[in-house]
Amino acid sequence: MTPKAVIRAEGERLLAAFIQAGAVPVEADVLQPAGTLLDLYGEDIRARAYVTDDPVKGEMMLRPDFTVPVVQAHMAHGAEPARYAYLGEVFRKQARGSGRASEYLQVGYEVFDRQATEVADAEVFALFRDLLSGLDLRPVTGDIGILMAAVRGLETSEGRKAALLRHVWRPTRFKALLDRFAGRAPVPAGRLALLERLRAGSPAQLIEEAGSFVGLRSAEEIAARAEALVADAGTAPIRATEAALLYDLLSLEAPAAAALSHLRGIAPMLPAIGPAVDRFAARLEALAAKGVDVSTLAFEASHGRTALEYYDGFVFSFLKDGMPPVASGGRYDALTAVLGSGAFIPAVGGVIRPGLVARLKGAVA
Amino acid sequence: MIRVGVPSKGRLMQDCFDWFGARGVVMRRAGSDREYSGVVEGVEGVVPVLLSAGEIPRELAAGRIHLGVTGSDLVREQLGADEVAEVARLGFGQADLVIAVPNVWIDVETVDDLDAAAAGFRKAHGHRLRIATKYHRLVRDFLQAQGVADYQLVDSQGATEGTVLNGTAEAIADITSSGETLRANHLRILSDGLIHSSQAVLWASRMAEWSAADLAAYARLAAKLGVAGVPF
Repeated sequence: MTPKAVIRAEGERLLAAFIQAGAVPVEADVLQPAGTLLDLYGEDIRARAYVTDDPVKGEMMLRPDFTVPVVQAHMAHGAEPARYAYLGEVFRKQARGSGRASEYLQVGYEVFDRQATEVADAEVFALFRDLLSGLDLRPVTGDIGILMAAVRGLETSEGRKAALLRHVWRPTRFKALLDRFAGRAPVPAGRLALLERLRAGSPAQLIEEAGSFVGLRSAEEIAARAEALVADAGTAPIRATEAALLYDLLSLEAPAAAALSHLRGIAPMLPAIGPAVDRFAARLEALAAKGVDVSTLAFEASHGRTALEYYDGFVFSFLKDGMPPVASGGRYDALTAVLGSGAFIPAVGGVIRPGLVARLKGAVA
Repeated sequence: MIRVGVPSKGRLMQDCFDWFGARGVVMRRAGSDREYSGVVEGVEGVVPVLLSAGEIPRELAAGRIHLGVTGSDLVREQLGADEVAEVARLGFGQADLVIAVPNVWIDVETVDDLDAAAAGFRKAHGHRLRIATKYHRLVRDFLQAQGVADYQLVDSQGATEGTVLNGTAEAIADITSSGETLRANHLRILSDGLIHSSQAVLWASRMAEWSAADLAAYARLAAKLGVAGVPF
């Protein structure tokens, strides 16, 4: 068999296993509307996905992943609960000289279920573990939900919390904001000058003085943000003890059971994470029931934060040094709300790259 | 014979000829002013190829010219480090690629502010804040590195400063030397909005075939120009 046929056969084997586990096989178009993907992922996706033009449908992208079309199909006419499986090519631009494939097969499994979400998390993880057993991969797990709960529970303004939550998936920006809100970084010189000007006059007057009004962003929007900036400058820094807990959480890496004890230890000081920690505990129980050794399972609180921005709970990867992730996945409850125009269903799933599996098995070079 | 791509007209061509001339390599157009071929005096085995400055990156990438003079903005936008190597910065053709916003945005001074304004804009208008540019890669890389979200790039191949006035973009990222056109269109550069300081650069193509004779010609040229004796 040619390498491509070997890889496809590996993909078919995994797809059959997903179907065996109760999934309905689904198909998705290779050409996806660019607008939906851009709205979800932002401009960054343009650097990673192939964009093309259709004379009728407008700007389209070669499918960069299956999650979006599968969620859309489910939200449009899916029964509940539902399990789906798919197999097909995805397309990603790669950096020059990276040697990484820009077109490869993905086989995936997605669970839409309102009941016992932690059991569903464990189901997906354990299924992937079983299918990848013998390949000597390193599983890593995380939970973006704990970090988001910690931010929501901070004793600070709603504006600051919203700014932090918006950048959960951009760690550099998140850290810069947190440093500033916690008073660990000086206010940038540009901001100080700006505040001075804003305090010197009313926004309406300053806008008037700035000359001809151009652009779609209205004077009301500009004035509202100017006022918010002045108000924010008067907001007290996030308390040092609270900030310290958040920094601690960002860098928490430990075996899952030890991470749970640690989080239980800090929960009294950061009560807002309580429910998220309870869910983490329930997930570990569900994982243990599936035979996962949670005393050795790697947990990293920041895992998955640099992935595409939609995971908002449990996240996992199966890793091998010198390779892209062989498998990865997680929970994306918020995404279903965005794509379901109001409707919402908890969802968790993941993908495996059959090409990498075949390579690890020595079936292809 | 090594082929050197040089801009075929205008100020850029003259500055380029002057730069080489000052180093004892005399370039000029052959025949009439309308003929796009050139000659070099002062060094053996080098031939100039007169090209539109905008086409020089593509010719370097294709390896059809060994060397080429063009703006670092164009090369950084279009090529990778595995395709070309920088030989010398020529010190002319200076221009900055900057992000500019309407002057009436009294609440926006930095890229950080732009990011926050984009979040509010998307909420209020239902679409992401549009930034008009022709430098998609440079602008996207810059904004991505800074963690800016909720914006989109819209393509503008000319008169970019007018897009805000015309309602097709909220902000722009464009090349400016004096900032005059920006001001005339009621725009202001963000205080940390410098994406790239561009100037004319002499590039060597890694994609071209370099024979022993070509490398020898390069070494002779390099000695005159005062640059390293091998192209990369």
